[in-house]
Amino acid sequence: MRARLTLLAAALASGMAQAELRGSGDLGLVIERASGSVQIVETTTPRSLGRIEGLGDLSHATAVFSRDARHAFVFGRDGGLTKLDLLAGRIERRIVQAGNAIGGAISQDGRLVAVANYEPGGVKLFDARSLELVQDIPTGSKVVGIADVPGQGFIFSLFDGDAIWLADTGKGESGPRLTKFADIGRQPYDGLITPDGRHYIAGLFGEDGLALIDLWRPEAGARRILAGYGRGQEPLPVYKMPHLRGWAVAGGLAFLPAIGRHEVLVADTRDWKQVTAIAVHGQPVFAVARPDGRHVWVNFAHPRNDTVQVIDAAKLEVAHTLKPGRGVMHLEFTPRGDQLWLSVRDADRVEIYDTRGPSLIASLPAKAPSGILMAARAHRIGF
Amino acid sequence: MLRWIALAALIAPAALAQPSPARQAELRHLVLHDCGSCHGLTMKGGLGRPLLPEALADKPDGFLVEVILGGVPGTPMPPWREELSASEARWIVEQLRKGNGDAR
Ligand code: HEC
Repeated sequence: MRARLTLLAAALASGMAQAELRGSGDLGLVIERASGSVQIVETTTPRSLGRIEGLGDLSHATAVFSRDARHAFVFGRDGGLTKLDLLAGRIERRIVQAGNAIGGAISQDGRLVAVANYEPGGVKLFDARSLELVQDIPTGSKVVGIADVPGQGFIFSLFDGDAIWLADTGKGESGPRLTKFADIGRQPYDGLITPDGRHYIAGLFGEDGLALIDLWRPEAGARRILAGYGRGQEPLPVYKMPHLRGWAVAGGLAFLPAIGRHEVLVADTRDWKQVTAIAVHGQPVFAVARPDGRHVWVNFAHPRNDTVQVIDAAKLEVAHTLKPGRGVMHLEFTPRGDQLWLSVRDADRVEIYDTRGPSLIASLPAKAPSGILMAARAHRIGF
Repeated sequence: MLRWIALAALIAPAALAQPSPARQAELRHLVLHDCGSCHGLTMKGGLGRPLLPEALADKPDGFLVEVILGGVPGTPMPPWREELSASEARWIVEQLRKGNGDAR
């Protein structure tokens, strides 16, 4: 099997053998997009514990974690679904479940893993233990922006269907009960659920604005927010779609990408009205709030992806501008926000910052790194 | 209007020129990562369509070059005119036809 830990297998394996017990709360994954591998990293030292290979096409790959934070489910672009054991440092199971996938989610109780597919479209639900298929939800459309919702369910958007579907998987044996929201706006390209699990927001490619669903009042349907944020100006060409999962909700404000513009939009989460738009270096891709909410870190689309900016959430302005190098793909905080990890694809490097400066404290080699995913995601709604 | 004239002037002689080896390496990188983010690292498709040789077989070069330079309005396919010359777009089409899009 190529599916083997290659670097520090010894560290982990002998650790297991000698019953040196450890938790997984300070572990994470670094996706190496072009080589079909991931590294298991540990944030306390910080260091890499090893590399696992054989995960297929990992462009656009992401992962969710089991509720005990020991296992990761990695969703590959080629439809691969790989279950990793972080502590043993190996692949536990791997299936190829579709031709072309975009992401996934794990249910509130940790029993179901949902995968959103581009080709042939639809959502598939798998048993988290065995990776056996439990349900297939055909949609007739590319599915984007899937997230778990409180009360056993998943919510997702249909890019070609201009719709949002809510699948309640908690009831009955006959499959999930679907609630379909139409009239949400054109071409939803991704979605997020707020940290409290109450609101789902889909970004729209086809128009200026986002669609909002209040899961406490689903009967009210989808509402358009920040409509017309571009004020009629032509958007710029979009070289990379923003990713909404992980977009920042901090201090009662939501920070959202303006698609095709060099702006971060700020909305008040009480009434979802626009507070301001913050001018930034490029078209934002990810904006992630430090867990305490005071700072929001933003990276940018090609060709401005060499830069990261830090927004002060109290002053609503850019406080710091960093230049880590070309191809900054992703940003991830440690659970309490003391460190920020970012991947610099073209430099084959992951950089680790002390968020107080911010100042660079370490960097680790990685092959064309993209996503960085901390195991502590296991305990967050919408991750 | 001026832009179109300039463009027409660009297309004709440029069609013969090949990008320099250094530029070819940059273009390969661009195709893999920046086209790959929508079309897949292996060009099997994603938000964008597959760009494998068989998927492009019945589409003329001129059409594909125009799509790359001008994008497809109303879809996420952006225009690459600001970054790519016509001869570079043509070279990319050649590579895609040879199945070299997957540069891994
Ligand atoms: C932001 C997403 C995105 C990026 C980045 C992107 N494309 Fe596309 N591309 C698309 C979409 C979506 C379509 C399909 C448009 C349609 O529906 O006609 C497309 C269509 C195409 C087509 C036409 C295919 C056909 O069968 O008609 C070509 C050729 C193409 N893209 C090449 C490229 C190249 C080369 C790059 C990089 C320089 C690139 N694309 C980058 C989204 C993207």
